[in-house]
Amino acid sequence: MKRQDSDRSRVFTRRAVVVGVMQGALLAVLGGRLAWLQVAEGSRYRMLSDKNRINIKMLAPSRGQIVDRYGVPLAVNDQNFRVLLIPEQTDDLEKSLRHLQKVISLEEQDIKRVLKQAKGKPAFLPIEVRDQLSWTELARIEVNLTELPGLTIDVGELRSYPLGRATSHLVGYVGAVSPSDLRDGDPMLSLPGFRIGKTGAERAFDEDLRGKAGSSEVEVNVVGREVRELKRSPSNAGDKVTLTVDAELQRFVQSRLEQETSASAVIMDAYTGAVYALASGPGFDPNLLTRGISAQQWEELVSDPTFPLNNKAVAGQYPPGSTFKMITALAGLENHHVTRNTTVFCPGHYRYGEDLFHCWSRGGHGTVDVVGALAESCDVFFYKVSTDIGIESIAEMAHRFGLGQTFGFELREESPGLVPDKEWKMGHFGKPWQPGETIVASIGQGYLQATPLQLAVMTARLVNGGHAVEPWITGFVGDRVGKDVVWPKIGVGRHNLDLVVRGMNAVMLGPRGTAHASQIETPGLQMGGKTGTSQVRRITVQDRLEGVRNEDLPWKFRHHALFVGYAPFDRPQYVCAVVVEHGGSGSGTAAPVARDLLLEAQRRAPAKVPLRPGGYRNVGTGVTPPPRKPKGT
Amino acid sequence: MLGPITIQDDRVTFWKKIQQMNYGLILLICLIAGVGFTALYSAAGGDVDPWASRQFMRFVFCLGVMFVVAMIGIHWWFRLSYLTYFGGLVLLVYVEIMGHIGMGAQRWINLGFMNVQPSELMKIAVVMALARYFHTATLDDVRRIRFLLVPAAIIVTPVALVLLQPDLGTSLMIVMAGGAMFFMAGVPLWMFGVLGGVALASLPVAWQFMHEYQKKRVMTFLDPESDPLGSGYHITQSKIALGSGGIDGKGFLQGTQSHLNFLPEKQTDFIFTLWAEEWGLLGGLALLALFGLVFLYGIWISFRCRHGYGRMLALGLTVNLSLYVFINIGMVMGLIPVVGAPLPLVSYGGTAMLSAMIGFGLIMSCNIHRDAKLARMQ
Repeated sequence: MKRQDSDRSRVFTRRAVVVGVMQGALLAVLGGRLAWLQVAEGSRYRMLSDKNRINIKMLAPSRGQIVDRYGVPLAVNDQNFRVLLIPEQTDDLEKSLRHLQKVISLEEQDIKRVLKQAKGKPAFLPIEVRDQLSWTELARIEVNLTELPGLTIDVGELRSYPLGRATSHLVGYVGAVSPSDLRDGDPMLSLPGFRIGKTGAERAFDEDLRGKAGSSEVEVNVVGREVRELKRSPSNAGDKVTLTVDAELQRFVQSRLEQETSASAVIMDAYTGAVYALASGPGFDPNLLTRGISAQQWEELVSDPTFPLNNKAVAGQYPPGSTFKMITALAGLENHHVTRNTTVFCPGHYRYGEDLFHCWSRGGHGTVDVVGALAESCDVFFYKVSTDIGIESIAEMAHRFGLGQTFGFELREESPGLVPDKEWKMGHFGKPWQPGETIVASIGQGYLQATPLQLAVMTARLVNGGHAVEPWITGFVGDRVGKDVVWPKIGVGRHNLDLVVRGMNAVMLGPRGTAHASQIETPGLQMGGKTGTSQVRRITVQDRLEGVRNEDLPWKFRHHALFVGYAPFDRPQYVCAVVVEHGGSGSGTAAPVARDLLLEAQRRAPAKVPLRPGGYRNVGTGVTPPPRKPKGT
Repeated sequence: MLGPITIQDDRVTFWKKIQQMNYGLILLICLIAGVGFTALYSAAGGDVDPWASRQFMRFVFCLGVMFVVAMIGIHWWFRLSYLTYFGGLVLLVYVEIMGHIGMGAQRWINLGFMNVQPSELMKIAVVMALARYFHTATLDDVRRIRFLLVPAAIIVTPVALVLLQPDLGTSLMIVMAGGAMFFMAGVPLWMFGVLGGVALASLPVAWQFMHEYQKKRVMTFLDPESDPLGSGYHITQSKIALGSGGIDGKGFLQGTQSHLNFLPEKQTDFIFTLWAEEWGLLGGLALLALFGLVFLYGIWISFRCRHGYGRMLALGLTVNLSLYVFINIGMVMGLIPVVGAPLPLVSYGGTAMLSAMIGFGLIMSCNIHRDAKLARMQ
């Protein structure tokens, strides 16, 4: 028994040692495994762990401002107060919303939308209930916040246009990113609620205005709830774009144009091509489009026969009518078919072959020279000239003055217009050019099409001594200069230009000038220009026999009224083109508008204020008056 | 069946017992529990609520239980061995019946102030019963298969009941602890060989009887990354947490994986992951070393014991404890399949703490009463 005991004891000891060694070995295995995971594989798992927990969020940059040459804001970011609902912070979503409904106005469909959205999302993600809260609504919510569990107020940005209608086409507006915009590949575009420029300067400078997105690395837990922010690189606001326009002048132009049914105008610098105002009427309130427009309002805008959404100043194409006569005259002068002494007798009509072409004045103008023909807008003189020189010369001259082409103007709505020639007609209609068509073209009718912007450019080139100015509105993008070019000559003789300008001066100043009645009386501010009345509908023989007066026709069949002008007439600084759609007559309708615009342009005198990045006023520090300096030589 | 037991010598005085307490072991236990409180504090995001404070109160209570258990003479435990075992069986059957009556898989008995898991206590009871059975066994005895039928039944009965719950992990642990007892009793190695062979051969059969979730766990263990969002998720996330801890860890309260809830069950089964994520390899190895020292202590006590019951009991309980440690830590490191096993003293949970502390109490009782003379069976 004793022996058995000791045997057993020995076996036990031996086996206990085995058990102990095994425990030690297993502990070593655990330790080894731990070391393997934490040391050998450590970096791999560290990476996995970071990937697990770090979410990179893009921070939307603040959109750059658009200001006029003085720094007057044209497009800014307003604070947009929104009320958000965080589902997890309330026991009863609907109850909270119903309570909110008692505090501020809230559509039934908004409540339905929020309740629907809440179902598909983690409960900690906020849902927008309403935005654009007024101060009153904000205050009401703040006061009642304790009784509105789950609701919070948040401030975002909303694009706002302080000048409203006045910049509806020039500055344009921003809108939601459409699927086709996404192709540009900027990841910022996929940010919820991101807005991009849809028209006007907002579209033209969109990439500069956008800015650079920042990023925020946030630690998230397993369900994606943000726990804390680890790193933040702030976003860079977009560049401030300084336009060459004068906001006050722009506002004036817009309101003047709104007095007509449908009209557009451009005021630009004769020498630099800088645009001071560019407007199209009727306008619309761009703030409606950024703040949400009702379907009915949108429908009204789209179906309006005056096309308020279109920027007619750059996109509207009209037969230039008599405003084209300077081109015909110059074509004749440059071809030496016409000199200052050339005269034509106007009996009120012009016979070419079998056809009879009427002058607007049925009685005729008698004997006229170039200056007289322009002043009185005698059609017969130009009929005659055109048959002598042919369409090709006229078309070539028109191109030199900027017609029938785009300028790469910042506002991409720009249309090219049309300057027809033989090749164009053959290509377009497959028919040869008819001599009669040259006659019609000589007075800016027929196939000819020009935009108000092109007419302004044409006028600038006429009065600036034949420099090929092009229009531009970019003063500065951030600190970068928008335009810095010396315009080349267009190669038209100075004496010929002077002759034509004399004719244009006589339109306003001459006693028989077609727009004599619209002359500016103030000494030193007088203007020159040219009227134009272009047919929308062919005047038939029957009309002439019946003596149908244009103003008795329905609006859409009335003539377009055009005017191109410049001021002061003796040293032109500002040029202006006005088109009043179906306005009846250039002298009666367009000339008075142009007079008002040129007078205001000279009073505002934006050309005297050099461009500076951001203008002369910083928002928040009040207005710094722009420095005045005497007009240069 | 069993003869009378005569207690021949038990004159260890109260103060002697206090002196004989293993204060080194108590210190180790407190250190390990301290790791638990620290980790639980961190698991709550730097708060004693809801886990650390309650765990601490339980620990204090369990420490008291341990003292009482240690003070009670070994002959009492010797005498109570079978009773404890049968009591455990009754409880197991009770939860089994309750489960059938309509509460689904039921492993708990609610005592009001805490939930007791009978299978947890059964692990100790099995060790006690086997120690008692093998107390007088001679080497000749343990070579007779007939002699081994009773201890085999002692193991198989509770295993079968636990399997019914179903709790594969616990039943395997009972089998392993029981096997260790057989081994230490001197059962010839060839028998283990034969048994192992039979077990291996019956694996395919067992597979058929396994529940779908158990099969899935084994499958995910074999290739955890194959299903990163499904059942492999726990293992993958645990390994990421551990691995990203590196040598010196992410720092106290800085464990991102655990705090951001990527880690499941961070306060219970995956507490070691949280600890090693924050304290790194150094902290992990330190905890393993503490457990290693505890095991050594248990083996040392077992060697000092002069009666078979004590030796078997102390070593059996040590093995039992080490099984918890190996299974839990092996699991969170992706070495073995996910089985629900807590880390003794560290994981949040009442029963596990209580059973571990009762185990330590018994081990200390073996030490205090190492010279007690326990009667043999006749």
